[in-house]
Amino acid sequence: MTSDTPVLERMMPRPLRRFDPAVVIAFCCIILLLLVGALYSSSFLSPTYLLQQLKVASFLGVIATGMMLVILLGQIDLSVPWVVTTGAMMACAAASFGPMGSALAIPFGILCGALIGLANGFATAYLRIPSMIITLATNAVAQGLMVVYTGGFSPQDSATPAMRWLATGELIPAVPNGVLVWIVVGTGAVFLFNRTTFGRSVYGIGNRERAAFLSGINTRRIVMLSFVISGALSAFGGVLLAGYASKAAQSMGDAYLLPAIAAVVLGGTHVLGGRGSYGGTVAGVILITLLQSILSVMQIEEAGRQLIFGAVIIIMLLMYGRQKAA
Amino acid sequence: MAEIAPILTMKGITKRYGGVVALRDADLEIMPGRIHAVLGENGAGKSTLIKIMSGAVAPDEGQMTLAGSNVSFTSPAAANAAGIVCVFQELSLIPDLSVADNIVISGPPTRGGMIDRKAQRKIAEQALADAGATDVHPSALVKDLPLSRRQMVEIAKALARKPRVLILDEATSALTAADVQQVFSVIKRLRQEGTAIIYISHRMHEIAELADDCTVFRNGRKIATYKAGSKTDNEVVELMIGREYKNVFPPKGTGPHEGQAAIACKGLSWAGRLNDISLAIHPGEVIGLGGLDGQGQRELLLALFGVLRGVSGEITINGRPSAASDPSEARLPGFGMALIPEDRKTEGLMLPMSIADNLCFAALDRISSRGIIDRKVAEARIGEMIELLQIKVASADLPVSSLSGGNQQKVVIAKWLMNSPRIVLLNDPTRGIDVGTKQEIYLLLRKLAASGVAILFYSTDYDELIGCCDRVLVMYGGAIVRELAGDAITEHALVSSALNIGEAAHT
Amino acid sequence: MNEWRYWLAENKNTLIAVALFVFMFAIYASNHPAGFTPNVVQTAANKATLLAFVAMAQSLVIITAGIDLSVGMILVLANCLASWIVVGTAIETTFGIIAVLASGAFCGAVNGLIVIFGRLQPIVTTIATGAMFYGLALFLRPFPGGSVNETVADFMTSKALGFFPMSFVALAAVVLMVWVPYSRSVIGRAAYAAGSSEHAAYMSGMPVKMAKFTAYVLSGLLSAIGGLYLTFFSYTGEAAYASGNTYTLFSIAAVVLGGVSLMGGRGSAVGAIFGALAFRTIGDLLFVFDFDPLWQPLFQGVVLLLAVSISAFGLFRVRNKLEWF
Repeated sequence: MTSDTPVLERMMPRPLRRFDPAVVIAFCCIILLLLVGALYSSSFLSPTYLLQQLKVASFLGVIATGMMLVILLGQIDLSVPWVVTTGAMMACAAASFGPMGSALAIPFGILCGALIGLANGFATAYLRIPSMIITLATNAVAQGLMVVYTGGFSPQDSATPAMRWLATGELIPAVPNGVLVWIVVGTGAVFLFNRTTFGRSVYGIGNRERAAFLSGINTRRIVMLSFVISGALSAFGGVLLAGYASKAAQSMGDAYLLPAIAAVVLGGTHVLGGRGSYGGTVAGVILITLLQSILSVMQIEEAGRQLIFGAVIIIMLLMYGRQKAA
Repeated sequence: MAEIAPILTMKGITKRYGGVVALRDADLEIMPGRIHAVLGENGAGKSTLIKIMSGAVAPDEGQMTLAGSNVSFTSPAAANAAGIVCVFQELSLIPDLSVADNIVISGPPTRGGMIDRKAQRKIAEQALADAGATDVHPSALVKDLPLSRRQMVEIAKALARKPRVLILDEATSALTAADVQQVFSVIKRLRQEGTAIIYISHRMHEIAELADDCTVFRNGRKIATYKAGSKTDNEVVELMIGREYKNVFPPKGTGPHEGQAAIACKGLSWAGRLNDISLAIHPGEVIGLGGLDGQGQRELLLALFGVLRGVSGEITINGRPSAASDPSEARLPGFGMALIPEDRKTEGLMLPMSIADNLCFAALDRISSRGIIDRKVAEARIGEMIELLQIKVASADLPVSSLSGGNQQKVVIAKWLMNSPRIVLLNDPTRGIDVGTKQEIYLLLRKLAASGVAILFYSTDYDELIGCCDRVLVMYGGAIVRELAGDAITEHALVSSALNIGEAAHT
Repeated sequence: MNEWRYWLAENKNTLIAVALFVFMFAIYASNHPAGFTPNVVQTAANKATLLAFVAMAQSLVIITAGIDLSVGMILVLANCLASWIVVGTAIETTFGIIAVLASGAFCGAVNGLIVIFGRLQPIVTTIATGAMFYGLALFLRPFPGGSVNETVADFMTSKALGFFPMSFVALAAVVLMVWVPYSRSVIGRAAYAAGSSEHAAYMSGMPVKMAKFTAYVLSGLLSAIGGLYLTFFSYTGEAAYASGNTYTLFSIAAVVLGGVSLMGGRGSAVGAIFGALAFRTIGDLLFVFDFDPLWQPLFQGVVLLLAVSISAFGLFRVRNKLEWF
């Protein structure tokens, strides 16, 4: 019961045992990837490259934070692709409404994501529709809305200076602001998970919602709020991406669903909820970003990248993400 | 009569889980045509023994012999094929399949590779008739059946396999008294036909009626095997708990309870399952809910706790009309209610989480301010509770699943006590719990009552109702049919009113 | 009378799906500018058959309480593969078709093995294998192209006896040859049992692993049949990421409309087929009522949203809140 991987745990040196084995393995894999990369090109270990990777990782990191919250509840949010896109497009759309619009662009983008999250959360918590299904449906609706809004073409609106600054600027020299944003979001998540009654309730609901309900926890409100947070963070990720690319694009969020889930699960969070730590998610995000980067640096074409990406996720999960034997 | 060879023998069976020895060097001989009762507290090794016999787990050491040849089962299916069939305490029926599908599940009759539905139907009808459950339709879906009917289907399913050794593990716990008699006559008939039967139950009178041989386990060891009837109940209980057994129940409270009721209801009804229920519980009172299983006791507790929707009637707390709309409201100081639910594994606890985390769940607002948890306060409260209930635990950070059943139940109670409730509702809190822990729970209930807590206590165990409660309300068909108080709470009175005989007949 | 009631209870969900389809199709056919003609039926049938195969595939896995998010990608892969090998002489074409189906079954087997023996969650597993299958498809067809044996393709999409769509004949044949024997076999019953209560199924000694494995393999096979049919319509192969995702998404919508419980253990592939037909008909209603095609994604999204919300209405009848969980 205490661990899914007693064997692996016993293989590890004693000082590491008190950490979640998944987190340790994920960090080991990061180091391994860096070494492999360094063999290929010496620039892999340069601070510039690493900070660049962290900046790319920060977008995924923000999105994966929301995904982790939802997965901890034992739910899943498959509406990420078009919530990311909606956040980006709506922020850029607001920017075209003069200075007032520019000022409100970021909060407006996040608000749109939160609204989709609210729909997801309401349906999951109050209507008891399986989250996997309702989020697929809201994803389709969000896509439909965006297609109608843009007329099927990439929108002409571009990101506001504030969005660009948030994603690519450097408040602290050499450290991209995106990374700072991720640190702030991450710190908030760690605090939320470990030190608040909300976080405790999330873990409780993830383990056994029925027992949490009978303990007098308002489970429905917590589930709904979690989806709102997840939607808001996905949209925020979209805002950052739009700032990074200086505009929104159709299907810019497609590339974030699988990596976000993979990052959370590779980081040791249990797919059925109730167990997981934010450190693992951080490791998972960095791991996935590095993997993608190395595959593209090695100039492997898209077909090969998809194959390797899928295979690596499966292999890593087989190493430690297994459920207990029946 | 000629010497009969045992059909099943176990020699030196040992099973370890991690560092814990669940069963140590156990020997057992099961004779055909006899009923062998296995007794012991929870955690004594009974369930491990059964799991080994029925192939659910493999022993680490030892040898099992079936009808003279050595056997070792790799799965329940292998044991079934060899003729050892177990009726499990946790139901092994598949809810979305029909009764007939379930009965033939391990080896459905086939024709040309497909399941022969007609033949299946015949087998099912026969098995249901054998088990005396003719009121169950073979085409009904199992999930639509009430618990007691499912239990009968479970027994029919076992019978359909024509077992040589039949294991009944608490098989009667969900049954009504009439069903129990029905099952007993089936068991006795099987004994006549030469089937070996292993019978596990916590109910002494059932064992007294049925058993030919008895074996007592304690702490993973076999303590004694004896002919049924050669020991008194007290001696048996002493064997089980290894200490002298007397005065299980603490003395009851004194004096009548007057004044304002802590909780009262008038004309409470719900969905045809609760009919016009009125009751009042005063601070310091322990009120029992009796009657056959499934007469609305569970629903009554849930209704008071705000779990049910569409409840009509009036509920008053401390004289003020107010009904909790949700458990999250019922636990607030204005209500001060606590519910110890029926199933601790799925309703009371988050099994993989730590003992400390579990203890906090009902009182999160008491260990936090503005939603932020104060770790020092939390730790202090957790320590208090572990001490108060004497929960045997190496560290509060261990998962609650590592505790024994009795200690798990203590955690469920403790987590609610952390919220300092004034009204405690208990749904059969001692089901499947060892004698020692039961005794501690009785003491605790009395202690709570003495401090002014009002207690409503549903139990399926008549002895408990007699020994623990100031008053007992007996339910039948969703209504309270009789109220017993003081010395009037006798087994005879409880049984007769549970069957709703001797009074004007309700339906 | 009594028996009838139990039969109705068992097949209620499937019957509702059939009724829904009949209702939708009645609206569609009665408002179609060309009216209810064999041609209208044939066009509708050809489009719907594809989804019906994928929905069937999805339902088999969902009945075991799993999910296969790679069905769309297996379809795309089968399409790309078919555009290479289902060509040439009759014998070559036959072997080509067999190879396409076998590779679909193989993809399903990979999913099954990872889920059962790797003990990974189906959601994550099939999203990841889906990426791999897509990678393979892209490897086969970096750009749209290829061809197919047009004689076979035209025959499979024609009208049998001049009025009945051949694609429905194929669909019915697959139901008779795959679904009926499967659902009535011990393995099929074990699949339902595994979805309903895996622990109980194991304790009863049912072949749970075999049943799940079979479900995933058949899911791969049926998705490949869908891919093959796509090739018969389009005459080309294309590794289209969006279309793969759409098929996966729609397959779940169809399964829900078809009354298959997402919790497993309940429903039938026949229900899923009618769910797919109904879903396609709903999508086509837009054209009948002459809407801007730009609105189609939104319309289908909203239909999907409503479809999955329908199941929530039962909630208002629940009077014991514990039944929510």
